[in-house]
Amino acid sequence: MDSLQNLIPETMLPDMMFYVFAGLTLGFGILVVANPFSRNPVTSAMFLVLAVISMAGLFVLLHAFFLAAVQVIVYAGAVMVLFLFVIMLLDIKDEQKRKIKKGFLLAGLLSVGTIAGLFIKGLHATRLDAHPSPTTEGDTALLGKLLFGQYVLPFEVVSVLLLVAMVGVILLSKKDLK
Amino acid sequence: MHAGLEHYLTVSFLLFSLGLLGVILRRNLLVIYMSLELMLNAANLALVSFSRFNDNLNGQVLVFFIITVAAAEVSVGLALIVALYRRRQSAHVEDLTTMKL
Repeated sequence: MDSLQNLIPETMLPDMMFYVFAGLTLGFGILVVANPFSRNPVTSAMFLVLAVISMAGLFVLLHAFFLAAVQVIVYAGAVMVLFLFVIMLLDIKDEQKRKIKKGFLLAGLLSVGTIAGLFIKGLHATRLDAHPSPTTEGDTALLGKLLFGQYVLPFEVVSVLLLVAMVGVILLSKKDLK
Repeated sequence: MHAGLEHYLTVSFLLFSLGLLGVILRRNLLVIYMSLELMLNAANLALVSFSRFNDNLNGQVLVFFIITVAAAEVSVGLALIVALYRRRQSAHVEDLTTMKL
């Protein structure tokens, strides 16, 4: 431990952790979308869980501690369990390897590449003179004050939205849909 | 290399493109849904990093709302997929072409 601290100065550690978590997030993301070993949706779902958790690590590095916790609990916990439930409920066999048409693949890669290129080019064209400020901590207390003060109306609207979603899901999953 | 705003944004953009690629290329409805989640997550990352580097907590509040809406969206979407599967016995977009002209 002592030798490790000598090896890596303390100010360097968050930056190194950034590269670790960013690499993990992107790697797991690739495995969600295009896993060379398995076409099974369960594998994709498991890698999505890992991607979400490594993204929570990035949130911690950005000092958004509350959001990191919410990310793990809601996404990796609730949403992904729902996904897995549905996959197992549907009992989908391994996706039979259907040939992806070459034209589709080319067009998809081309369009996504263009969009990614535009993003990166735009990022380089913009002068970002923003710097991290120690005042913005993802403080739960501060976030709560904002949420129940300035943003109390959107908060209530979102709760109604959740209710609507719940009613809709119950209606949709009835056996005899009229 | 100091990890600044542009590094976080680059990761976010790459993740978004990855999600888009999944939505365009994959043919399984569930995997398309997961790719959508990946895109939402990329947007969340961009918002959190903007919030951190611009000294403003509003971005984090927005992320909170996005997570809530994404949860609602996933529940409705998965219910739709289950309802579709009951009728067609397939979760493959190429088998769902009733609305094709």
